[in-house]
Amino acid sequence: MQRNRLQHGGRIDRSRPLRFSFNGKSLEGYAGDTLASALLANGVSLIGRSFKLHRPRGIVAAGAEEPNAIVQIGKGASTQPNMRATQVELYDGLVARSTKGWPSLRFDVAAVNDVFARIFGAGFYYKTFMWPQSFWNYYERFIRTAAGLGESPLRPDPDVYEHRNVHCDVLVTGAGPAGLMAALVAARAGARIIIADEQNEFGGSLLSAPDSIDAKPAIEWLQAVVSELRTLDSVTMLTRSTVFGYFDHNFLTIAERCTDHLADVGGGCVRQRLWRVRARQVVLAQGAFERPLVFCNNDRPGVMLASAVSTYINRYAVCPGERAVVFTNNDSAYRTAIDLKKAGGTVVLIDSRAKGAGANAEAVNQAGIPILQGHIVTDVGGRSRITGVRVAQWNGDASTTVESTINIECDLVAMSGGWSPAVHLHAQSGGKNTWDDNLHCFVPGKVAQACVSAGSGNGKWSLPDCLQDGLDAGKVVVARCGLEPADVALPIAGSPITHSIEPLWRVPAATGPDRCPKQFVDLQNDTSVADIRLAVREGYRNVEHVKRYTALGFGTDQGKLGNINGMAILAESLGASIADVGTTTFRPPYTPVTFGVGAGANAGALFDPVRKTAIHEAHVAAGTPFEVVGQWHRPWYFPRGNEGLHAAVARECVATRNSLGVMDASTLGKIDARGPDVVEFLERIYTHNVSKMRVGRCAYGIMLGEDGMLMDDGVMARLAERQFYLTTTTGGAARVLAWLERWLQTEWPELDVYLTSLTDHYSTIAVVGPNSRKVLQKIGCNIDLDRQSFPFMSVREAELDGLPVQLFRVSFSGELAFEINIDSNHALQMWHRVIAAGQEFDITPYGTETMHVLRAEKGFVIVGQDTDGSVTPVDLGMNWLLSKEKDFLGKRSLSRPDCLRSDRKQLVGLLSEDNDTVLPEGTQLIEDSNAALPVPMCGHVTSSYYSACLGHPIALALVEGGHSRKGDTIHASLTGGNSIPAKIVSPVFYDPRGEMQNV
Amino acid sequence: MLLIECPWCGERAETEFSYGGEAGIARPKDPDALSDAEWADYLFNRTNPRGAHKELWNHAQGCRRWFGVERDTVTYKIAGSYTLPVPTGKKGP
Repeated sequence: MQRNRLQHGGRIDRSRPLRFSFNGKSLEGYAGDTLASALLANGVSLIGRSFKLHRPRGIVAAGAEEPNAIVQIGKGASTQPNMRATQVELYDGLVARSTKGWPSLRFDVAAVNDVFARIFGAGFYYKTFMWPQSFWNYYERFIRTAAGLGESPLRPDPDVYEHRNVHCDVLVTGAGPAGLMAALVAARAGARIIIADEQNEFGGSLLSAPDSIDAKPAIEWLQAVVSELRTLDSVTMLTRSTVFGYFDHNFLTIAERCTDHLADVGGGCVRQRLWRVRARQVVLAQGAFERPLVFCNNDRPGVMLASAVSTYINRYAVCPGERAVVFTNNDSAYRTAIDLKKAGGTVVLIDSRAKGAGANAEAVNQAGIPILQGHIVTDVGGRSRITGVRVAQWNGDASTTVESTINIECDLVAMSGGWSPAVHLHAQSGGKNTWDDNLHCFVPGKVAQACVSAGSGNGKWSLPDCLQDGLDAGKVVVARCGLEPADVALPIAGSPITHSIEPLWRVPAATGPDRCPKQFVDLQNDTSVADIRLAVREGYRNVEHVKRYTALGFGTDQGKLGNINGMAILAESLGASIADVGTTTFRPPYTPVTFGVGAGANAGALFDPVRKTAIHEAHVAAGTPFEVVGQWHRPWYFPRGNEGLHAAVARECVATRNSLGVMDASTLGKIDARGPDVVEFLERIYTHNVSKMRVGRCAYGIMLGEDGMLMDDGVMARLAERQFYLTTTTGGAARVLAWLERWLQTEWPELDVYLTSLTDHYSTIAVVGPNSRKVLQKIGCNIDLDRQSFPFMSVREAELDGLPVQLFRVSFSGELAFEINIDSNHALQMWHRVIAAGQEFDITPYGTETMHVLRAEKGFVIVGQDTDGSVTPVDLGMNWLLSKEKDFLGKRSLSRPDCLRSDRKQLVGLLSEDNDTVLPEGTQLIEDSNAALPVPMCGHVTSSYYSACLGHPIALALVEGGHSRKGDTIHASLTGGNSIPAKIVSPVFYDPRGEMQNV
Repeated sequence: MLLIECPWCGERAETEFSYGGEAGIARPKDPDALSDAEWADYLFNRTNPRGAHKELWNHAQGCRRWFGVERDTVTYKIAGSYTLPVPTGKKGP
């Protein structure tokens, strides 16, 4: 039974009852309800327990600022924590539960915290769990269990999300009276506009108040405006869409909740959509937040914001209480008193101000509502539902204590401490907030971007003022967009209502603020007046520090309810002005957004592109495990039968060195460089003498950063007098091309050089081993492959099996080897051809792992594995590559004192002395295994494998002064405190004279 | 997210560009003639101003051209974009 539901009125549909459950109990509401309004209609006043003190809490607000009614919605993989019941639209079958309270909401074991509340002051956790330090792990288990609001789903999110990028002339944030007026002006002027509102329908405050516009109910004006906007193609209207971020250069983000308000919609529908908007102009019209009043036990269920009470009555036809006390320091709550009276309750109005409220007071008097001027509510009775208030006369002096002389029985307190504009987006955009001494709130000040604030978000409280402000804002943005203004008449919404206010930041009590019952400032974090005062006594001065010490303004509501009160109380404690104390930083998101909407479609297979070589399908057919190298998927090894990695790699290495191996090396970066000045250009980039290379020859080339550190390496070939074929590392392909382009464009634009990436156009098949020449001859090659005609480190244009190829005689293994560079369209065909022709030599395909072992046996480095951006070519023993006859990038740095140090880490080989242990890569090297802690480190292992060809483990390492330490024994520090001795040797373990590759 | 004007392609979102640091750092013509301190100054030291800053951007996911931008490091406002100096016809160092 919806016992608090009114018989008439509201924007709910009484013909569409909806069943839902809260904490396992089945309840009924109506279409048009929020979860909060449905709970209030059913008389559910206890919604949750507070975060720290576990005090019973009820619904306070009707919007984004709700601090207490934080619920978990749904079950299983789609469950969503930390939802504000005030913003959850009701649907049939909705399942909600409280996120705090164990073992049950009514009987919360941790409520004992409240009994000891005095010791749970500001900084309690910092102070109490500091000592002894080692006990933190013990404490943490209990604190972590007690903390936290909701539960994350444990399974992957099954829902669909998407992103949409749009541009517009004007983005209007908020579709209340001001936003709608601005939108109307902009739309009639022909601007392309987006108007977004977080609620399920446009209207803002018009939905919550019985206002009239142009002598008709305001709802009729609203419907007319919405209908007109809807007819225009240039207008995009977004409901259930929160503008949550305002970034640089008028880039804003909107989270649109497409299906959250529906019962199960089945798969495939977009649940939430992220709009990424670049707007020429922005109208900020998000409205204002009412402030609570800070009195003793102001957190008890039944204490609500006055405006929220009006919203529940007028919009949802729910009267949250029968006997109400309205407590205010300003005029706006007078309307709530009248709303309550009309809803059939008894009302007493308590105004902290000595003087009356003009026209508003007359209306309240006429309604027969008693007003107590110059009185305050000092305390509240009742625990899980209020039973009454204590009221005292007050002379306006905030520093006094007061005696309560009046008790009033009630089940609802509607409070109003004044209003604060929602300046969040304005502040996010870089705009300043200014304290207004007349309005007693922060209003948008100096703007930083192309935006205008309007309406109550701009400190305009009454409807006529909001309409006027929206009209003005619309004209401003239309003019800034260079459009002709259209004629829009200002609607008549009665004479402006006075909205006087006398500040009341902290309500005096019978005892001082540090002794009286808790006066809450931030309900979600249980931050009280006493906590803020304690922080000040302990030396905190900066509002950002006080925030972090007291937790004021954290949580899902981010201080929307309590922050301004908190800052005012901080200012009072510091003896400073509120303007000087200022606000904490406003950061996106305005309200919480899901990870799903942030990710959009960029999840799973679409998270990152996968690059596959042209030969990929052959590797898949071979059952190859793949190694992910950047975006590439490269064959890792080619197991036969049930072989594991190590057995396969050992077999592949031996087969390649003894007979024939083949590898897909297509991922190497390939760049065609040509043009009249290409030699001069490459001379400046590479360290060796490029001009001395003859056409048809290859060279191993390295390039350095200007800091002298090795950046990338690869084989380069001179295909013609003014044409080179450059190869780069797999990971460096894009980086190297960008590097070359940068120098050409920014520093040497006079050089006439053309660069083309060929990485995807050409595939590379490395045919490796003593029988590699034979297999190419068998396939059918139109050129002589013998040593004299086609020597090591040369390149030939050739035809293999009738297909044109660039044939390289280079070797990354130390064996006789050929690299077939072929149009990628023919690569798979050539791969199969090579495999078939190689059968008689037991051709063995191998992957990245065997490639690594073969090259490490030869002491060839991998940039990025054996180097880390702090390694010079000299450190690697590559002095022979550094031309003395020319300048090249990074050369000057090699003679910097730091690069000349003899104790730099240098590349060496390492052999474990037990001849058995494969040292883990990354192992730290130390001189003395018995040295006292902390042990100085003298290097680390960069590459380490078991060499099947040599019959023992090998490793490459960077060791301080390593080049002059051949034969020394150092120690590899293993995990668990052990270490084993290893001998420093030459990094070339196999065929040190390089005879095998030259045959 | 910044809105950057590529001199060739027009205004595009920041995600299409890559940043190249301070503009106008000319590579010394004869590095060997420099002292270690002078070379280090070229290599490491930047003006890092509070306010107007001329910097290099590359339209990496567009035309791949490098160009200059004057951006305020406090407000992030961009005063304008400009193409880099045209080739002089003379060969470099």
